Amino acid sequence: MNQPKDKTYSELAHDAIGNEELHAAIRMIQDRIGKSAQALWRDEITPEHRRLAKEARMRTLDNLDEVLAALAEKIRARGGHVHFAATAEDARHYCLEVARKHNIKRVVKGKSMTSAEIGVDPLLESEGIEVVETDLGEYIIQLAGDTPSHIIAPCIHMNKRQIGKLFQEKLGIPYSEDPPTLTRAARKALREKLLTADMGLSGCNIACAETGHVCLVSNEGNIRMATTMPKVHIALMGMERVTATLAEHDMLLRLLTRGAAAQKVSTYVSFLGGPRQPGETDGPEEFHLVIIDNGRMKMLADPRFREVLSCIRCGGCLNICPVYGRIGGHAYNGPYPGPIGAVVMPLLQGVNEHADLCRGESLCGACKDICPVNNDLPRMLSELRHMLAYGDENWEVAPVDKTEARAFKAWSAAMSCRTAYNLLVKAGRLVQAPFVKNGALSKGVGPLTKWTATRDFPPIARKTFAERWKTDHAKRLNETDNE
Amino acid sequence: MTRPTVTLFIQCLVDSLSPETGDAMVRVLERLGVRMHYPPNQTCCGQPAFNSGYRREAAKAARRFLDIFEDSEAIVCPSGSCVHMVRHHYLDLFRDEPAQLARARMVADKTFEFTEYLVDILGVTDPGAQLDCRFDGAVTYHDSCHLARGLGIRRQPRLLLENTPGLTLIEMDESDRCCGFGGTFSVKYPEISTAMVDDKVRTILDTGAKAVVGCDVSCLMNIQGRLSRLGSNVRALHIAEILAEGGK
Repeated sequence: MNQPKDKTYSELAHDAIGNEELHAAIRMIQDRIGKSAQALWRDEITPEHRRLAKEARMRTLDNLDEVLAALAEKIRARGGHVHFAATAEDARHYCLEVARKHNIKRVVKGKSMTSAEIGVDPLLESEGIEVVETDLGEYIIQLAGDTPSHIIAPCIHMNKRQIGKLFQEKLGIPYSEDPPTLTRAARKALREKLLTADMGLSGCNIACAETGHVCLVSNEGNIRMATTMPKVHIALMGMERVTATLAEHDMLLRLLTRGAAAQKVSTYVSFLGGPRQPGETDGPEEFHLVIIDNGRMKMLADPRFREVLSCIRCGGCLNICPVYGRIGGHAYNGPYPGPIGAVVMPLLQGVNEHADLCRGESLCGACKDICPVNNDLPRMLSELRHMLAYGDENWEVAPVDKTEARAFKAWSAAMSCRTAYNLLVKAGRLVQAPFVKNGALSKGVGPLTKWTATRDFPPIARKTFAERWKTDHAKRLNETDNE
Repeated sequence: MTRPTVTLFIQCLVDSLSPETGDAMVRVLERLGVRMHYPPNQTCCGQPAFNSGYRREAAKAARRFLDIFEDSEAIVCPSGSCVHMVRHHYLDLFRDEPAQLARARMVADKTFEFTEYLVDILGVTDPGAQLDCRFDGAVTYHDSCHLARGLGIRRQPRLLLENTPGLTLIEMDESDRCCGFGGTFSVKYPEISTAMVDDKVRTILDTGAKAVVGCDVSCLMNIQGRLSRLGSNVRALHIAEILAEGGK
């Protein structure tokens, strides 16, 4: 079920568009969660709250070095370890070193996109360590050898029949498509893994420098078990996922659970800040926080993209995006799907490599509207396209499409002079003549065929408005004026 | 009382593909006694180039636009996305050119989308009485993205439609969901664009309305193109064409 990495955005989108069940599943999540989050932004959380949250985020980002130092200091004071990883490679090897030191055999994971970003699972597995996802959706994905397709609903692209067959095959239970039965089977299998694991690996929803904690939210309780029962816990966090104060943390947590699942608060909220202290009954013997740069410093340094680091990964933008609504998460071909992924993936992994993500949206702005921290993703997509149009040295971007660049040069020449524009209109009329039927073009030429394959196109008018103005309106209106 | 004067900004798509929309806008403004100018050398505001990332070409078109329109009293355009371009994106384009930026700000402040101009500036509230228009039948309204989210114009077109004699407005589900046009997106990613317009068409047909009305011919062209390809008789109409119906 692994998606072939060599497929393009359009090809992966094609696979999804043909899948009516996927369409219905995403529509369900957009209808339920997307619309509910919008309603919460309208009825409960004021625009002022979102504005203040964004302001706090940007203030923290402006002082990120100090805030992270404060976080690290608090955690170290409690006996925790903090590692700053410049790259994905650095981060995953740190995890491996910790695992080796403790002779770890089994790792249980809490849901973490950052772990996918740094590719830690395959490295641990290559050393013979068993890695088990404990979030139900992620567990299903892992059993299927698949990749997640939604930030908070990773297996939204699978139906209960597929999951039933998967569990029958992998867990050896009788076939069932009854969700409670399937959930019980997963719970039983996972409980055994959780009770016997010697290391927990989690992400970090929001860290707080003032208190020295990482905060993790979940609805299944798996994260609490995975982070407190094994003897070692490693938490992975992107360097931006920190708040300076508990007040800022509080603001963001409210936005996170609402944006993600239209919940006032998730079923579990865990605050973790170090190993088990003397006299405490649970918690890991060793706690590691890995703070990951992996390209984020570069975003921080670029005023065009700095604000994307204020994202709290609620996934709200996926729950409203009309493009995501049709193509699903796999088309984005990376750990971060949807509108946020379309901006973040190119910046993390290469703008040219992900040129289709920068160009493949309609810039409708729905993601900007729903974003709890008011991230202007369409603006940033436009900036990415600007880099792709002419290249950008700082981001090592090469111009993406010479044909398109030439076309816009020609377009520019035509639009710079009405005579040239008129010639273009006249040429268009000649070219279209054989194709016009019943007042519409059902077949086109050149790039227009991409349109006319599925849609009619209006022919160029016999008289442009400019011509009509001259021969009709101007005269009539002048007469009225002179009456 | 002095008559209001506007300069018509007839975007390239209306000029060449849908001039009847321009005609309709002229007829409506004429009925309201508005004095109109039309600079014949206008072409395009630069939006297609801007949205595709070609900002040098977009800036060239934008400078030309400012040259042509900067002395106007008020600029009125039958398109939300073109007004969004002038009002908001020109400021992005000229962020490093203070002189142009000042001109862009000045022009932005006096550029209006057609329904915005009618309702907010001219105070049109009763098109039946003020325009003597009439449109018989049920229509549904599509909120174009840049109009609704970019300019915040949702109320004005609805007010005009609701008060048009003979017209019943039936709201579709998710009226502000993108139709999938997105400029060059529609031909760069035609399959995604078509899947999106199919979602839009479904919500339009669910209302049972005989026409879908909007304020941007680009979206309407996309919706109409898909509707007629699917064999539907539902028409996509610019609001100016509704307001110019019937009457004198």
